[in-house]
Amino acid sequence: MMDLITSILTITLRAGTSLVYATIGETYTERAGILNLGLEGIMLMGAVSSFAVVYYSGSLALALLTAVAVGGLLSLIHAFLTVTMRANQVVSGLAITLFGTGFASFLGQRLGPASNGRYLVGLTGPRFAPVDPGALGRIPVLGAFLNQDLLTYGIYLLIPLAWFYLYRTRNGLWLRAVGENPRTADAMGVPVFRAKYIYTVLGGMLTALGGAHLSLAYTPGWSENITGGRGWIVIALVIFSMWNPARAITGALIFGGINAVQFRLQASGTNIPAGFLNMLPYIATIVVLVAITWWETLSKRIGAPASLGTSYMREDK
Amino acid sequence: MDASEPKVPLVEMRGIRKSFPGVTACDGVDLRLGRGEVLALLGENGAGKSTLMNVLAGLYRPDEGEIRIGGKPVEIRSPRDSAAHGVGMVHQNFMLVDTMTVAENVVLGMAGLPLVPDMAEVKRSVLELAEKYGLRVDPDAYVWQLSVGEQQRVEILKQLYRKAEILVLDEPTAVLTPQESEELNVVVQRMKAEGKSAVFITHKMEEVMTFSDRVMVLRKGKVVVEKVTSETSPRDLAKLMVGREVLFRVEKKSFEPGAVILELKDVRALDDRGLPALRDLSLKVRAGEILGIAGVAGNGQRELSEVITGLRPVSSGGISINCVETTNKTPLEIIRSGVSHIPQDRIAVGAVGDMSVASNLAMKGYRDAPISRGVLLLPRRILDLARRMIESFRIATPSPETRVKFLSGGNIQKTILAREIESCRSLLVAVYPSRGLDIGATEAVRKELVAQRDAGMAVLLVSEDIEELLSVADTVLVLYEGRAMGTFPSAEADPEELGLLMAGVERKETVS
Ligand SMILES: Nc1ncnc2c1ncn2[C@@H]1O[C@H](COP(=O)(O)OP(=O)(O)OP(=O)(O)O)[C@@H](O)[C@H]1O
Ligand SMILES: [Mg+2]
Repeated sequence: MMDLITSILTITLRAGTSLVYATIGETYTERAGILNLGLEGIMLMGAVSSFAVVYYSGSLALALLTAVAVGGLLSLIHAFLTVTMRANQVVSGLAITLFGTGFASFLGQRLGPASNGRYLVGLTGPRFAPVDPGALGRIPVLGAFLNQDLLTYGIYLLIPLAWFYLYRTRNGLWLRAVGENPRTADAMGVPVFRAKYIYTVLGGMLTALGGAHLSLAYTPGWSENITGGRGWIVIALVIFSMWNPARAITGALIFGGINAVQFRLQASGTNIPAGFLNMLPYIATIVVLVAITWWETLSKRIGAPASLGTSYMREDK
Repeated sequence: MDASEPKVPLVEMRGIRKSFPGVTACDGVDLRLGRGEVLALLGENGAGKSTLMNVLAGLYRPDEGEIRIGGKPVEIRSPRDSAAHGVGMVHQNFMLVDTMTVAENVVLGMAGLPLVPDMAEVKRSVLELAEKYGLRVDPDAYVWQLSVGEQQRVEILKQLYRKAEILVLDEPTAVLTPQESEELNVVVQRMKAEGKSAVFITHKMEEVMTFSDRVMVLRKGKVVVEKVTSETSPRDLAKLMVGREVLFRVEKKSFEPGAVILELKDVRALDDRGLPALRDLSLKVRAGEILGIAGVAGNGQRELSEVITGLRPVSSGGISINCVETTNKTPLEIIRSGVSHIPQDRIAVGAVGDMSVASNLAMKGYRDAPISRGVLLLPRRILDLARRMIESFRIATPSPETRVKFLSGGNIQKTILAREIESCRSLLVAVYPSRGLDIGATEAVRKELVAQRDAGMAVLLVSEDIEELLSVADTVLVLYEGRAMGTFPSAEADPEELGLLMAGVERKETVS
């Protein structure tokens, strides 16, 4: 029994890692009042670019850096369009997802070696393998946390750090104020525009890292639609976690956990149709979201940053 | 340096000009503020007072003009620059983040705050300051939990904490009770004694007299007069502001009440936090009667108006309008029974800021002829109707198509008033209808209320201004913690006694 729990938890964490990066990224972006629906596109671009780089250079570090740069650049476009040009955030975000999805797929068919018909699909390269924790890895439950790759180790640091930054530092105070009430933040001396740019770009970088985890660790290699709609799931997880980075882990664990159970069931050869099992994580997300929203309307007051989705100009009334 | 340059003002604004699409809000304004001086800034709604001060606070960049502080020309590009020069502004609409605590709001955006602030230390100094200036407030409380009066205190504390030398107070007393505004005066005088200076914006003439050393009147973006306060009088100032004699008293017909229009029986309701707001409240308003609700804000006034208009559920008791039960009916059903509502929160409940003046004016009649036919709206008729209403209520707007949020506070209120009065068939519920309005507009609003009464409507008027209640209402009911403390004919009411009842002091049996 302990073994089963440990093994499910191991897969859960592995499946949830990319979600944690992206959820924390989007949480920060939304805290600055910017909704970025480009996540799916950014994740895919992060996945394809990092895999291409690792395939040719063999350097995982360089691959991560590339993903971060690509994610940063795409979200910079989003920031420019929505903050400076005051474009509609939904439209801009959807455009980035449309572009990112299409372009990632295009790159997947062009960046590969001639021997593979220029396709990246089906190739293998260096990957983030689980580290070997030695005897510690055999401890039940704890072992699940240790038998992980370095990027998963990264979330153990990222989650408390992101929480601390948001709730305990000056910059976190600014960030919360910007999303809640940009006019007040501005009048009190918070650099509102800079904050919106910084956290939109940071969000894109973390999201692309999530994408890189998919192609460098979780399912190493490139395949079309490697994200399986995770970019959209993240939008839901941010709501589920109530814009709190500490709660990002629970959302990711639920989705990742159901993923893991689904794998287990499939591996054990049940006669539940595979298509139905594949649907489970998505259905669960919807159910949880509805429940949360229902609960939220009961308890009020905690909710989306009040200015989410709107643009702010100082001299506007 | 104080001795050698007594003539250099602390703040000097020269030739400030600022236009917005369709209006020149400030048209070459000069302002001087001396060290340790309180300057009152007066002017009608839309005169450009807030705009001028927002220029000083760094929120608006002037089109033209120069600002000097301590004799040196300064470039103010942002609120941050302005704060660096010692300017602190308490804005007309509070600048507070509702979901944060008092302490967090106090330090938000402050220059020189360490990356990881010691919030325990912040709380301690906030408490200390609060103690020193008599501005009691809990640093751990969330802003949304505070009353308006307390929020105002937080605004002031925020500036004291930042050691503002030049305090700008934009209509700080509009939402305060007379006692609270007296407390504010104590704080201002104390800051003055410490050598700080203040610009104080208000529409209340008596406050100009008590708060300020000098007074400056703006009209249509220009300075019309500057005087030493002691050499002027409220009547004088009112005349200068509006450009004509202002009647402080309202003429009305003799009181001849008709049938009961609105009746509440033992009504109970909860506030937004789920605490009891109305406790077994019963009252009656008759046709041709203005019932004034007196009380300190936050004693159930808002909830009272909301249960009547269907915006808040009644937990027990009953309400009837024109003898028809309306308890927990929808707002539409209640509107259909002839009820009009001038809400407390103009922007959130009373008007849609992003829609035009014309659309806002049509917002209640849009279902019916003449402005709609079937499911279609008739835009030309809507515009015609809007032009007529703009004319008759003297709403100052560049055009009927201007978005409401660009109007000054007074004109937004007039827009709502025009719509509600136009559609009123039996009962008008008016909540702080003259709050934030200049004396001219206040006079107009009061006249309209009385005209409705004279035309046989029932009017429920919520106000904190005892003088307003006594001059406009026929009957006054004092509300305290959601209970009726007593009902009096206004002609016999004693302001002193009303004040005591508003503070929750029970009426003592008179011993003669
Ligand atoms: N950001 C803005 N955009 C467009 N118009 C504006 C803006 N701010 C102010 N105005 C307009 O400028 C004029 C002056 O407004 P301002 O707020 O300075 O008046 P005020 O004297 O403070 O009036 P009140 O007593 O109602 O507060 C008004 O006509 C107002 O509608
Ligand atoms: Mg103003």
